[in-house]
Amino acid sequence: MMIAESVRFALTGVMANKMRSILTTLGILIGIASVIILLAVGAGTSNAIKAQIGKLGTNVLTVSRQTTAGGRAAGGGQAVTGPRSRGTNLTLQDMAALTDPVMAPDVAATAPVVTAQNVTGTYKDATHAVATFVGTTPSYFAISNDTLAAGSYFSDGDASSGTAVAVIGNTVAQDLVGNSAASAVGQTIALNGQNFVVSGVLAQKGSSGLNDPDDIVVIPYSAAQDKFTGYSPSLASISVQAKSADVMNQAQNEVQMILDARHNVTSANRDYQVRNQAQILTTATTTTATLTILLGAVAGISLLVGGIGVMNIMLVTVTERTREIGIRKAIGASRGSIVSQFLIESLIISLIGGVLGIAAGYIGSAFPLLGTQPEVQWWTVWLSFLVSAAIGLIFGIYPANKAAKLRPIDALRYE
Amino acid sequence: MNDAVIRLDSVSKIYGKGEAEVRALDSVSISIDRGDFVAIIGASGSGKSTMMNIIGCLDGATSGTYHLDGIDTGTLDEYQLAQIRNRKIGFVFQNFNLIPRTRAVDNVSMPLAYAKVHRKERRERALEVLDSVGLAERADHKPSQLSGGQQQRVAIARALVTNPVLLLADEPTGALDTKSSHEILDLFESLHANGRTIVMITHEADVAARANRVVRFQDGHIIEDHRVRGVHGHPLATAVTL
Repeated sequence: MMIAESVRFALTGVMANKMRSILTTLGILIGIASVIILLAVGAGTSNAIKAQIGKLGTNVLTVSRQTTAGGRAAGGGQAVTGPRSRGTNLTLQDMAALTDPVMAPDVAATAPVVTAQNVTGTYKDATHAVATFVGTTPSYFAISNDTLAAGSYFSDGDASSGTAVAVIGNTVAQDLVGNSAASAVGQTIALNGQNFVVSGVLAQKGSSGLNDPDDIVVIPYSAAQDKFTGYSPSLASISVQAKSADVMNQAQNEVQMILDARHNVTSANRDYQVRNQAQILTTATTTTATLTILLGAVAGISLLVGGIGVMNIMLVTVTERTREIGIRKAIGASRGSIVSQFLIESLIISLIGGVLGIAAGYIGSAFPLLGTQPEVQWWTVWLSFLVSAAIGLIFGIYPANKAAKLRPIDALRYE
Repeated sequence: MNDAVIRLDSVSKIYGKGEAEVRALDSVSISIDRGDFVAIIGASGSGKSTMMNIIGCLDGATSGTYHLDGIDTGTLDEYQLAQIRNRKIGFVFQNFNLIPRTRAVDNVSMPLAYAKVHRKERRERALEVLDSVGLAERADHKPSQLSGGQQQRVAIARALVTNPVLLLADEPTGALDTKSSHEILDLFESLHANGRTIVMITHEADVAARANRVVRFQDGHIIEDHRVRGVHGHPLATAVTL
């Protein structure tokens, strides 16, 4: 029989029981829509985290002091054995050695990082607890992909002489001074009671929802040592920028070789650790991939339930229309035409559900969910369409075969 | 030339096995000529329904051969049997068996759809046949909007639409009032007058009396085969009554 005829007969069947067809379609619709939305949420989260890490610089290595002595596995995977002095293991001299173009050809730039906890900024009546407080040199800004919204950075001279100037993030500027970024430039703010002149305000990086990269105050490293940590030759960490993201591993090896020699340690007893942004990115990607798979699996289950709904309704339809099947067989319908009629009927139900589900998925993904903007992946749309077609076929085959196998005399006698 | 539309040779139909074995048909042989109007009668359980199922290719015989229009139906597969039912046989049932929620014209044209006839041609042919049974103006009505007699006429139109060699009617008046029954039987007579071969299963003597030949079944055997009129309706030299 001609396919067009099967389609017409199937459509008549679908239309004969509108409410039932709509409800069955709804099952597929919800399944497909949730697959698309949840996978879009997964992709949105993943992209947001990647973008966040990208803003921090993907070609940055952080060399930090090994603060815990003995036993604990560091980020790089090296175990630290034995007690260790925490006195002077990262110095400005170490940092200078890392910029040696012969020993470390893949290192582009370095910046010292001196930190302090619980720093509170005040300006007139406003106070703000600073999330990230960094004492460094101007090269830090380039390494961390920072740009200025207003004002200027401090100079290398300021960095070594400890001038009381500060570059602040947008969040800090808004909280303390308010108004535009530019209005904060030139103002004097107090950090833990000590006055600093704001020389510049950083351009907004935007929050990832995890932490706020704009909640930052950057001052010259010598000022931080003088006024916050007390003078000490040790730095909290050294930020190292590799020449490109491709030479991260070479740069890391060079850094470790130089520091191992200077500190007279080996990979077994290093008193520092090197963290690689690329590794963090990989970890984050793995985590979000797991999240996406989990969300997709939950959505997949609802799709499966929708498919079982289609099969259930098709079985009811076949039983209800046993007599019709008998009549059709008596007037000349072959097994094949009965199979195609019922198979096309279940295909129509699932494809309508699939197409509406894709539409609902797109609409649902237009709104932020779980703190991220879902991003619909084009492949999930195709996949959903194919899956809904497959559901129609797979869950329709059994009922359609059952219909086709009915013997005409039994079917005609059915009441 | 063999002019038998139906030829059964020693056809048996056995249901069940061993102790529970039932011989619904026991070695039945019969030949029905082209253009004849035959009534098959018998009490319930006599084997006449089994006979109808076998003649209609809805069920196969356990043994024996059945030739329909010269074709040995025992050698056909399921698909070919479906085609035989489609092209060679027109069914009329007691309870009409129209497809519900489907317009009369679509019911009538359905066998043509299974015969892969083009849609436009199908509709024209269906309307033509509906007109011949006097229901042209009801073409767009659904079965539920038609009376019993009208539904049966739609069913007859559906049976005739493929121009089959055999019109097979199973208790065609069983669900109808007297007036409608007469109309249907009149329709059968006029179809027969136009050369149509009709086999009608019934248990009512007055309905059977309309046929040219009456075949009586009992316990799976033909116990009486009675010609009332000639094949084409001419009276026999000696009048016979049932």
